[in-house]
Order: sequence, then structure tokens, then C-alpha cells
Amino acid sequence: MTIQFNDETFYDDYTFRNSEWAIRRFPFPFHEDSYMYSVNLEPHLSLRPGSVFEKTFDVDEHYVSEMRDRARVLAEDPLRCQSLPHMTLAGWDLLELIMDAKAREYPDLFELHRDGDRWHWINKPLGIDQTFTFLDETTLPCGPMEYITRQAQGDFALLDHRDDNLWMDAGMVTTQADWSLDFDIGMNFYEWHAPVPKAHEMGVFQRALKFLLNLQQGAPVRRLNWTMTVNPLLDTSPENYHKWGVQKTSVTPENVGSKYHLRVELQTLFRLPRSNALAFPIRCYLIRLEDLATVPKWGRRLHRVLRDLPEELATYKGFIRNRPMIVDYLSQFDDGAETSPGIWPD
Amino acid sequence: MSRFQFPKSIQSRPVYGTLSARTGKAHLMVADAEGAEAILDLAAAEPALMARVHVIYIPKDTGTTYVERLRAAAPAQLYVGPSFAAAQPRLRKALADAHMGLQIYLAGTEGLIGLAMQDAIAAGFPDGAIQTEHRGSVARRVQCVHCKGITEDVSQSPFVCAHCGLNLFVRDHYSRRHAAFQGVCIDAEDPGEVPASEGLYQ
Amino acid sequence: MSAGTRKLDVTVTEVVEVNDLVKRFRFERSDGGEMPTFSGGAHTVVEMKDGDITRLNPYSLMSDPRDRKCFTISVRRDETGRGGSLFMHRNVKPGDRMTLSFPVNLFSLDLRAKKHLMIAGGIGITPFLAQIRQLDATNGHFELHYSVRTAALGSYAEELKAQYTDRVHVYHDDRKEAIDLAALLDGQPLGTHLYVCGPKGMIDWVCRTAEAHGWPSEAVHYEEFLAPQSGKPFTVTLASSGRKIEVGEHQSMLEALEAAGVDAPYLCRGGACGQCETDVVSHDGNFVHRDHWLTDDQKACGNKIMPCVSRFEGRSLVIDR
Repeated sequence: MTIQFNDETFYDDYTFRNSEWAIRRFPFPFHEDSYMYSVNLEPHLSLRPGSVFEKTFDVDEHYVSEMRDRARVLAEDPLRCQSLPHMTLAGWDLLELIMDAKAREYPDLFELHRDGDRWHWINKPLGIDQTFTFLDETTLPCGPMEYITRQAQGDFALLDHRDDNLWMDAGMVTTQADWSLDFDIGMNFYEWHAPVPKAHEMGVFQRALKFLLNLQQGAPVRRLNWTMTVNPLLDTSPENYHKWGVQKTSVTPENVGSKYHLRVELQTLFRLPRSNALAFPIRCYLIRLEDLATVPKWGRRLHRVLRDLPEELATYKGFIRNRPMIVDYLSQFDDGAETSPGIWPD
Repeated sequence: MSRFQFPKSIQSRPVYGTLSARTGKAHLMVADAEGAEAILDLAAAEPALMARVHVIYIPKDTGTTYVERLRAAAPAQLYVGPSFAAAQPRLRKALADAHMGLQIYLAGTEGLIGLAMQDAIAAGFPDGAIQTEHRGSVARRVQCVHCKGITEDVSQSPFVCAHCGLNLFVRDHYSRRHAAFQGVCIDAEDPGEVPASEGLYQ
Repeated sequence: MSAGTRKLDVTVTEVVEVNDLVKRFRFERSDGGEMPTFSGGAHTVVEMKDGDITRLNPYSLMSDPRDRKCFTISVRRDETGRGGSLFMHRNVKPGDRMTLSFPVNLFSLDLRAKKHLMIAGGIGITPFLAQIRQLDATNGHFELHYSVRTAALGSYAEELKAQYTDRVHVYHDDRKEAIDLAALLDGQPLGTHLYVCGPKGMIDWVCRTAEAHGWPSEAVHYEEFLAPQSGKPFTVTLASSGRKIEVGEHQSMLEALEAAGVDAPYLCRGGACGQCETDVVSHDGNFVHRDHWLTDDQKACGNKIMPCVSRFEGRSLVIDR
């Protein structure tokens, strides 16, 4: 299909909207009526034509506006994109992975022509036409990771694999759920997950790390993570928390359905061939509660999940103060009927 | 009493040990204030080691308390400096000239340990192989996640960022790269509602 | 590796006798497509159809990681081994179709290193060939010390010496030349990383000497593929189904599971990567642990086994499969 790109904003006047198409393909993260951490990794294989799981890197109606928002955030705070010196090769790996996948899966939007190391990249939605020499940083306007992630939705972390651990040594992070790349860069897997409650004691990170250290080239995996956000603000950064945190107090029983958004991250992990690092794309999808509830199963289930979520998790995910209001609002969509297993609409 | 039992915390928070002599031709020890005690303990346990040790020491507010005793331990080189910033060029030169096989020992405040480790890592030394022992003040270096400014010697939480003036809550989340803990605005959701400060370990 | 892992359908396009002991094999994709790129130090697992037996042996990739046309490996003939290298030497001819795994790297360069100091013994040179090409292309700082039995058996020594001159040092056993490791380890700049690949004795010697010279373990990297060793036959019982599987004298437990159609995970097949780690439900007898993965405590505990290289002697063994 041809994608109609929205002209919208993710800050200030918040003109972001999901079309009916975007609502139906939203990656609803709950496969049952309750939620607890798990190592919920599955192969990142193409699934359900039209779904966000179909392509290696999903492109949707928000693409152009999200890239504009990224450029805005980077202009305000260039530290959102950093790469330690030894990660340049991994940056080229990522550039190759994204260009190759997009040109193959969206031939009407992207083209990649290779003549040895001489590459020609065309990005039609963003109006980019670039010729460069692969593995020669001087032929791009910025580093390879920054170059390609200014043209790809979602955040990206590059994880160096050494000493039986993964090290977050590079990243482009402007659509994050309240974590700071500038602070976390250089940390290992356990360290950057340190603030997450409960999961360490459950052994979740130990198992996940063991799995990821054995991740194979050509066999990427994915998982979903989620939180709640007031207003469709992509950049919920700790850096700007003193500016956006106060929005949590603007929620009323009247506006909770339109102000509160379920924020879902489609996280994928790829073994990168030339650097042996891992690419960790974290793609953020936002949906208003009132839009989400147009799918009856999702409205029912979200009500139950949020109502029964352990307090510690609601606190960590940052919506403890508004939980009663959210649950009260969602209760109108929960008639107590049984829900079918799995994440898909009935 | 210069030792402090840190409460159990999250996995990014550094854990300190007790210095012990390791095999190696060259040894670099960096300490501040009561950190001298850790060096003196090690010297007492392994007097022969000191002939191969370069000590960089910043007394801070302990003045001359430990200086003569350090001298008496007879390290190959002893430098006593007025501040870490003053000692840093010397530390960096020592690291640049060093060879593999060097052993690094850091003792004293968390700030000193973190800063010296930063330089050692930048010189290519694996951080896991650096020995550390905490002594003395439990005040922290804290980076304001909002303005990026670092406030030294923070012993209360919340505190006012020395750079941007926001009221910051001190987290246990720690960055080796910044050699600092993270400070996050405590009244972002309820501006002006700042709880009373208390000591970090109260 | 297990279900879902990608494999490469390849054709042997060249077999070269490098010397009396070593043959080099070149593989290209049978569909004419490009090979995946890889990082220096990676290996591929070669599937050999030897009559009724499927042999799976890991070999380091020695070709230029950027070369998308082919993979090359070098195989040293091992007369006393279980037959994989002999099969490669005797049976594999140009034009043969074979299956390779995607590259896996358990011996990668630490790209933060200010200098890469490499120590190779014999056929252990192969991962370094790819690493050197990678570093050469990115202006990396490396130095190779390569110990060989004789000049005639020094695979690729002449080529390396010709291309990299001062950065490559070759030592011949028959000329009584030996690496002066103590001197070598003594003067290396801070930030140097040490890599060793070769016979077990050499790896132990290098690791031990480095430790004695105060090198941090984070800066010392080694790769040693253990070949599974023969042993007394034994029976393993699968807890999930109660099935009993016989492990033959010249077979590893992993191979026996695979031959019985059990989908068991693996990567290196050499006791290094941890992928095949299996829980032991119960046992009456003694383990012959040969892997580098389990800790001594875990080995003593007896509740885990690495079926790729470890064996069992006793009455009964029940595993969680």
C-alpha cells in the first residue's frame, strides 16, 4: 500500500493522530488479562501482512513527522546521539542493515544502489539522495549511526559484546520512556537495567542476557514493552522531565481518555555481522485510550491489566498518581466478558 | 572511623572492596583524605610492595594527618597535591607512560575513586581490574540529568543543583563514564513541593 | 544453534593443499548470492554427510570478512580424531554441495584495544588471518607472533611475513626458536589486548604467564575448540518423554541426541559458548566434564552438563530434555 504521511507534532500543540488503519495495526502488548515481567523474546519473523511485525523496520504514517521531531530534539540537545569511538564499525553495520531492509521491503519509498563500496541511497519520503563510500565516515554528513537513525523511526542502541556482557556504547535516543543515553552510555546490561524493580530478583535479566549473548546473525528477535504517557509526547526524556512531568497533573476524568496514551515499544535485537555487536532498535507506538477502546477486547483487557498491576510497577512506569482515574475511565469498556488469548483484535 | 557499610543497592551502584597486593612490576595508588589509611594498611601487610608504588595523594581536609606516615611507608614516588584537578595531569602522564602489568589501587571518597577510574579507563585499563576501597566521606558527585552540571560533595537529598538550581533527588543509579550519581528533579510533577532534605543514608 | 537458525547452502569451489597437514577449502553460495559478512575471529559449523553419520565441525573463517564472494577455511588433518578432518581431507572435492552455519564469533577483537597482540600456534593461525585483514582495513594496530613446527608446515607464514613484515614474527620449532613471552608481555602499552589461539598447552601457558605478569583477565582472549573425546558408551534418559538414548563410544551426547531426532540447542560444539547447557534431573554415577563453560562449583554440584563435549560414566543419567 502507499502510505499517506501525516503532518503532525509530538509536542506543544500535539496534533498527532492515529488513523483508523494505525489503530487497527497498533501493537497491543498484552496477550492475557494480567502482566508481569518475563523474557518474552520471540523470533523477529514477518508476521501478519499489514501488522507492525511484517517488516524488519516498520514504516508508518508517522514517519516523516517523527523524523522532524527527532531533528528538533537533536537540535536542542545533541547529546541524545552518542557513539563511543570503538562503535563506528557497528554504526556502519546498522546503516547497512536498515538501508538494505528498507530498500528491499519498501521499494517505492527507498532505494539502495551499490557499486562495490560506492553506495547510492534514495529516501523519497524525506527527499534525500546521497552517494557515499561505505566504511568511509568522511563521505557522510555525520557518523553512520546518526545518519541512518535520523531516517528511521524509533530509538536505537548499539551494544558491544565483550567479557560475557553487553555494553551500551552507542545510541540515538529521542523517543525514550524516561531513560538517559548520556547517563547510561558505557554501562553493561545489568547496570543500565539497574533501576527496573523486581525483575533482577526474578532472574529476568540473567536469562535475557544469556539468550542475547548467543543471538545469531540472521536470526533477530523481538519483544514488546509498554508504559503510559500523558499527551503524545515522544520525547519523554529524563533530561526534560522537569518540563513534561507537570503534564501528569493536567489529567481530569473528562480528558483522561484523550490525554492518556498507551505507549508500546517494539524492541528488536539483531546480531551485527562486521562488529559482532548487537543492534537494539526500540520503536515507540502511541495510542490514545479512547482510540484503543474502539477495539472492545483491548479496552476490556487494558482495564484489567492496569487495575491489577503491582504498585511497584505502576510507580516505576510513572502513572501511579493517575492510576485510579485511568482505571475508572477504562472500567466503562469492561463488561466482564471473557477475552480471547493473544494480542490481536477479535 | 573511616569505613562505612553501604546498604545493599541496585546493580549500577559501585561496590567497594579492600585493597590487596597483586602481582605486577608497577603499581599506581591514588587516594584522597582517609583513603590514605587503606594504603597504609596495604603497606603494613606488604611492605616490600611499596618500592614499586607511585602514590598520588590528595589530603583534602585531613591536612597533614597522613602525609608523614605515607612518606614513612617509603613508596617509590609520593605526590601530595592540593586537589584532584591539580593531580590529574600527573595521573594522566603516569597512565600514558604505563605498560600492561600495571596494578591500579584507588582509595578514599567515591568522587576520587570515580574520577581516577575515569582516567584509567580512558587510558585503556579494564575497569573490572581496578581495585577500590572506600574510606572517609560518603558524599557523592551527582550529575543533574537536566542541565548536565555536576555538583561535588553532595551529602543530602534532595539538594539544589549548583548549576541550574533545580531541586534534585539523588538516585543510586551511577555512571562510570561521568563518575557521578544521577540527580533528578523531585518536584517536576508538583512544582515547589520539595520534601525536607535528609542525609543520604538516613 | 537450533531450529530457526539460518544456514548456507554452499558449493566447494576450490580445495588447495597448503602443506602436508593442511588443506584449504573455499565455499561459494550455491544460488550465486552473496555470503554474509562477518567479524574477524568468527567460525562456521560445517555439516558433513559421512555415510549415515552427520558430522558437525566448527572451523574458523580465514577469508577477508569483507569478501562477499566466498568463505575459506583451513583444516588440519587429525589422524587420531573422530574423523571430521579426515572426511574433509579425503572426501570433499570441488563441486560438492555442503551446508554451513551462519558465522558465529566467540573470539572477537576488543575494538577498544590500543594494540592487538596475537599469539598463534599451528593451525590456530586461521582466526587471526581474518582478524588481521579486518584490522588492516581499519588501520588497527596489531602484532602477530606465530609458532610453527617447521617452515614447510607453517601455513600462511610466508604470505603474512611478506605482507606485514615487521608486524609478523614467525618461530620455528625445528630451529629451536621460541616466543620469548615474558619479554613480550613486559613492554606492551596500557590498553593492549592479548589474543591466543593454538594447542591447549600453548593457551594455558600464555594465560598463565599473562596472569603472572599482572595482565587483567579482561585483556586476555583465547579460543580453544575442544573436539569431543571418545569414551565408554552410556545411556541418557530424557525426562520429558522417558526415552532412553544410547551414546556410542565415538559419539558425543549432543550428536546422539541429534541422531535420535531431539532438537537440542548448540553453537560452538566445543564446550565454550554455553548454548547447549542442559539440566540434569537425576544421576547415579560420575560426570566427565570437559567444557570451559560450567564453573567448578557447578561441575561439582552435578546438576548441569554440556552435552557437546562432556560424558557420563555410571548407572543412570536423566536430563531435562
